[in-house]
Amino acid sequence: MKKISILRRSAFASPLLLVVALFAIGTTFSVASATDKAELTVAQRSAQIAEGKQIFLKGCSSCHGLNLEGAAIAPSLIGVGAASVDFQVGTGRMPVADLSQQIARKEPIYNEAQTAALAAYVASTAPGPEIPTEAMLNFERDGNTAEGGTLFRTNCAMCHNFAGQGGALTQGKYAPSVMGVEPKHIYEAMITGPQAMPVFADKTITPAEKLSIIKWIKAAENEPQLGGAALGRVGPVTEGLLVWTLGLGLLIGVAVWLATKAR
Amino acid sequence: MSNEIEAIKDPGLPAHVHRKADSDPVAEKRAERQVAILFLISALGTLLFIFAYYFIPEDVFFFFPVLGNTNAHQLFLGLGLAMALFFIGAAAIHWAKTLMPDEEVIAMRHTMRSDDEDRDALVSTVKERAGAAGLGRRSLIKRSMGLSLGLIGLSPIVLLRDLGPLPGDDLSKTSWKAGTRLVTDPGDRPIRPADLEVGAVAQVLPELRGKEKRHLDDIAKDAVLLIRLRPEEFQLSPERLSWTYDGIIAFSKICSHMGCAVALYEQTTKHLLCPCHQSTFDVPRAAKVIFGPSARALPQLAITIDAEGYLIAQRPFTEPVGPSFWGRLS
Amino acid sequence: MTARERVAGTVANYVDERTGAAKWVKKNLTKVFPDHWSFLLGEIALYSFIILLLSGTFLTFWFDPSAREVIYDGSYAPLQGLHMSAAYESTLHISFEVRGGLLMRQIHHWSALIFMAAIVVHLMRVYFTGAFRKPREFNWIIGIGLLTLGIVEGFLGYSLPDDLLSGTGIRIAEAIIQAIPVVGSYLSYFAFGGAFPGEAFIPRIYTVHVLLLPGIFLALITVHLMLVWYQKHTQWPGPGRTEKNVVGYPLMPAYMAKAGGFFFIVFGVTAFLGAVASINPVWLYGPYNPGQVSAGSQPDWYMGWLDGLVRMSPPIETYWFGYTISWNILIPGLIVPGILFTGMALYPFIESWITGDKREHHLLDRPRNVPNRTALGVMSLTFMLVALINGGNDIIATTFELSINQVMWFSRIAIFVLPPIAFVITKRICLSLQRADRELVLHGRETGRLLMLPHGEFVEVHEPISPELAWKLTAHEQAPALALEDVDARGVRRAGGLKNKLRKRMSEANAESIAKPTVNDLKEIEHH
Repeated sequence: MKKISILRRSAFASPLLLVVALFAIGTTFSVASATDKAELTVAQRSAQIAEGKQIFLKGCSSCHGLNLEGAAIAPSLIGVGAASVDFQVGTGRMPVADLSQQIARKEPIYNEAQTAALAAYVASTAPGPEIPTEAMLNFERDGNTAEGGTLFRTNCAMCHNFAGQGGALTQGKYAPSVMGVEPKHIYEAMITGPQAMPVFADKTITPAEKLSIIKWIKAAENEPQLGGAALGRVGPVTEGLLVWTLGLGLLIGVAVWLATKAR
Repeated sequence: MSNEIEAIKDPGLPAHVHRKADSDPVAEKRAERQVAILFLISALGTLLFIFAYYFIPEDVFFFFPVLGNTNAHQLFLGLGLAMALFFIGAAAIHWAKTLMPDEEVIAMRHTMRSDDEDRDALVSTVKERAGAAGLGRRSLIKRSMGLSLGLIGLSPIVLLRDLGPLPGDDLSKTSWKAGTRLVTDPGDRPIRPADLEVGAVAQVLPELRGKEKRHLDDIAKDAVLLIRLRPEEFQLSPERLSWTYDGIIAFSKICSHMGCAVALYEQTTKHLLCPCHQSTFDVPRAAKVIFGPSARALPQLAITIDAEGYLIAQRPFTEPVGPSFWGRLS
Repeated sequence: MTARERVAGTVANYVDERTGAAKWVKKNLTKVFPDHWSFLLGEIALYSFIILLLSGTFLTFWFDPSAREVIYDGSYAPLQGLHMSAAYESTLHISFEVRGGLLMRQIHHWSALIFMAAIVVHLMRVYFTGAFRKPREFNWIIGIGLLTLGIVEGFLGYSLPDDLLSGTGIRIAEAIIQAIPVVGSYLSYFAFGGAFPGEAFIPRIYTVHVLLLPGIFLALITVHLMLVWYQKHTQWPGPGRTEKNVVGYPLMPAYMAKAGGFFFIVFGVTAFLGAVASINPVWLYGPYNPGQVSAGSQPDWYMGWLDGLVRMSPPIETYWFGYTISWNILIPGLIVPGILFTGMALYPFIESWITGDKREHHLLDRPRNVPNRTALGVMSLTFMLVALINGGNDIIATTFELSINQVMWFSRIAIFVLPPIAFVITKRICLSLQRADRELVLHGRETGRLLMLPHGEFVEVHEPISPELAWKLTAHEQAPALALEDVDARGVRRAGGLKNKLRKRMSEANAESIAKPTVNDLKEIEHH
């Protein structure tokens, strides 16, 4: 049973991945164009913060406390910065649906304006990492794929796998796949360290290097199947399964045909 | 066994059943045609292979169900070859099955054991020949021969001596010296404590001095992981605590089990996990092993800052890094 | 005589006058081979080996087995400008610049996996049917040797491209060498020409991979086949088949065509896999760097069980008189595999010691008729399977939303608990199947037709089975347990009493079976 479902996963992983990737790229563009706006005036800004506070009190305060101080089940949000809020809420991880080992990505609950308001409110209480602007995220121009690959393999591959497919952590936690994640969210994850992920500070991995990593991830995401079905890009496990199922299956099938007497 | 019990009898080889193609000329012709068609499919496969090799450019990609966005050159080259080979096989087997004689025949076996006569003859021949050589009598020759044959076995072992140097204390040394700066990998930039916020990690190597380039042999022992916690989170002995700097702790990144790079740091649990065999190390308790096959904590590197405020090693590692070996503690 | 016959005759005459081959060839062209799909599993391994030689030779034309550092400027953009070894760079060159190179690389790797899988299923066939029994013990041992060499050869091939995954594998191999008591670090420095990874290892294992081991393979495979040829193939029991004969098809022409055709089938299937499924995409792994590692670093499947054992090992090291012994590496990495492979090699001798059977056997056993052996086989496979599953525990954990700690604890317990359970269950199943065979012979096949008796009772009509099938189901021997006395004829306890007792116990367990039906039983039923 196990074998079959892994195989199914590997066989259908590539088209599925492609659909997910296309969808994600689509979302990225719509999000990017929507947030592309000029500097807000002071008045607009305070209105946005007030709106964010309302959303926070309604949707977040029961876990994170009325003053963002946190509680037993949720961390304090003081000083986490707008980037953290944008990542958690923008990828749908927050508000959380079920308190399992790991909070998974899902369809966002708040729209972009609400997310921006929440981020503005949290950032207004204490300074923290800022949401990277559109100009900061020009990875196509400022990144270097090969250098990004080296950085990825040194800093990211041990959790997220050599091709960014994700991997297991302890006690049921996992590093999610980085395929199809918006560049902004990848960047925010590196500077804020969501959940089990550590922080990759700007001095140890410079912003330019972060863009290289993003550029490499996007290259890996868009890399066509150079040698046929990718088998999930998880290494020799799925290759072994394919040999024992399809490979030996075909060969033994032919052997049975060979040895049956013709009528 | 009693004679009354009677085993079920072997009815003997069943009569041969003829195939359709043996008696029916129409079926025979049909089988012949099928074989020919299979051979022809193989020929088409070879043509496809040649076509793909010469005429399908290597940078053409197209969407193929199940496989995804696939390289046309590689796919059709392979499918052509697979077709060419597989259908030769299919044709030959189909030919053998339908048209070649398929009557089962019986061959008799012979026991492996030789006749007594031959065995006796062999024994006496060996005895006689050995006697002629005087192997039994000439004990001086026998012993000296034993000595020389035994000794010559040593020469290949001796010859292999120059395969490599003796390890000496090489396994116990790394490039870290007192005062060596920690620099980022990759990038080779020195780091100040303020560069790392709480929850941050950094992959570091010793700063290169004079050496023009870094060798993999060095990285294999020198790689270090920096982690910043809140100082109050440490549960360290006073000595080990003095090896940290302002919440920053440094461990060898080379697993104490089998040498993989241990760098899966979980900010929430403060555990380090090795992806190869899942040894789990608890960072606040000096990377003590809490799960998995590793028997030792990761070696900790004592760090501090220099006059310019950059992180440096206080002293070399106090124990060998990486997997265990026999003379590790000496 | 046609012209063609004249030419053939001239050539045959020319060869025979110089070799005297006519007699030998004549005799062997009519050599008889029994036909059964399970007899083709070894052929899959043989043909994969030939495919490996062909595709491997192609790869050597471009592969540069050197750890010399180069800067990549080939056509794969995401790696351009990086420092890497010439071995890795030439592997990329084969993959992207040599037309058909990637296909051949993939065929080579797929056929290596098929080679090992075919060896394992072939071994299972030989084991479960008792084909290893006298006179075939030598061939069994050669087979175990080929399996062991195959694992080594495969690992070396996996290591050659010097990508991140293969480098991680070599690092682990180095740790195993280093863990050998007393001489470990010396052996490691000799193997690597100094510190790990050094520059000597890749060229050295290249010679071993393409010359030394293939040479030994060729020699062993030749002997393996010659023995099969000389001893004649085993056959399944059936009507007309005895220990003294072999029933099948003559080599020429049908068997030759089938075996030759099957080579092309195996090559074709391998090429198909090479065409449609990516294997070992080294360009994604990146060049080896000891400071890097990927999540889910696994060996190929035939080493996976070994990695699984290492993963589940408890964290034990001892420090005696200042010397370190890494039991956490030695036990799973060397001791357990050593015991397993030695036990496997010695199994034919162990079994014949237990049964006291020193006769030649050419008729195969149906696995159900030898419950103990079958159960032992399933038990060993269960052990291996648990180890293999743990070798992929991280992939399993993420795929099935489990935790690696759970999978690990499951394996740690299951490796001790499941194999004995598998033994017991398998033995029960075998005995049930024997019982079912007995029922079938005695009462015939259930037809599904119901018949109403005059007094209203319904009975199902049973159809007697054919004499051929009845013979097939009862052709096996049911030897009684060895009668071993603890005391000899004069009432003196025998030396080695414990050994004798053990042998007696095992012999009794081995003889446990459901009595096969006899003519007497059948007659008795008729009377009712």
